[in-house]
Amino acid sequence: MAENEERLRRTMMFVPGNNPAMVKDAGIYGADSIMFDLEDSVSLPEKDAARLLVYEALQTQDYGTAEMVVRVNGQDTPFYDNDVKAMVKAGIDVIRLPKAESPEMVQKLDADIAAAEKEFGREAGSTHLMAAIESAKGVLRAADIAAASDRMIGIALSAEDYTTDMKTHRYPDGRELEFARNMVLHAARAAGVAAFDTVFTNMDDTEGFYRETEYIHQLGFDGKSLVNPRQIPMVNKVYEPTEAEIKNARNVINAIQEAKLKGSGVISMNGQMVDRPVVLRAQRVMKLAKASNLVDEEGNYLEK
Amino acid sequence: MEIKKTAIAGTLESSDIQLMISQADSGIAIDLQSDVKKVFGDQIEAVITTTLNEMGVTSAKVKAVDKGALDCVIKARTIAAVQRAAETTATPAWEVL
Repeated sequence: MAENEERLRRTMMFVPGNNPAMVKDAGIYGADSIMFDLEDSVSLPEKDAARLLVYEALQTQDYGTAEMVVRVNGQDTPFYDNDVKAMVKAGIDVIRLPKAESPEMVQKLDADIAAAEKEFGREAGSTHLMAAIESAKGVLRAADIAAASDRMIGIALSAEDYTTDMKTHRYPDGRELEFARNMVLHAARAAGVAAFDTVFTNMDDTEGFYRETEYIHQLGFDGKSLVNPRQIPMVNKVYEPTEAEIKNARNVINAIQEAKLKGSGVISMNGQMVDRPVVLRAQRVMKLAKASNLVDEEGNYLEK
Repeated sequence: MEIKKTAIAGTLESSDIQLMISQADSGIAIDLQSDVKKVFGDQIEAVITTTLNEMGVTSAKVKAVDKGALDCVIKARTIAAVQRAAETTATPAWEVL
């Protein structure tokens, strides 16, 4: 897995790669990750133009602190090689492989990235990758896929292709995705990488969107793929910690600092032992609280 | 790079620019249509010309319809049009990007 300094990845926004207006404005919505798409949203005769557009935009546009991701065309297409080369040369943060079904596919991408880094003089290992799981085969091999490369930052479930492969379609309650979601999530956690949930495409069903986002938040997903910037504040809201969670996390972190000062190995808070999982959870809560502007620099809760 | 056939890249959507490149006997001639031609016309033509020069295109006729494209979009569409016109889309000129 790539050095994963617990980066927040609540929202990954899809942006069609051949649309200049959307490519230009992608940075203004506050998505944690921006994913330019060269695959399904680009028609066959425009593949070359989309690749060039995304390349030139990456050279000149300011996307702030967002993690920049590009979904390249699949390894079975004639566009894959040039997509990977161009994006490595452009200095993209992450290349997303669609339709991942085996660790070998990820290893091939890893090798192709390494060759391109060498060819274009980019730092070896600086380009990360992620894989999208879009089929029954992919789901069953999710664990091997997630652990297939040191460049791996995460795996994502892509439900449209997956449900078609499963001879079903998407239902409002999402029960058809239960197994796949849990497989992808466990594979990601076992490999120490991020887990991204699939997109929710019905823009008119706000209630359904919240229900699904709360559900995947409860399961433990890092975040969700999105097709509409309107969904970004909605996901962030679901991931926002409560005041009680923040105050508790702050106490945990204070207790660690106190224990360090005293040189004491064992940390206790209100008479209870604070162990590693509690500390990790507290650190994540504080990170989310900071991203949601709920605390100041010192970590004090800001009243709304 | 030699222009072998007429080729188009880009669309007429907002923030885009559509370029048609075709063969010419000598020199580069740009026919630009843009609502912001008065203010940005010279800059748009400069980006097209610079990109053509970098790609080694010395003679071409260019018809451009601008819909408010940024420089990076103009450059990307110019490269796409030239590569299509020169039939080199599958083997991009990496050094020009």
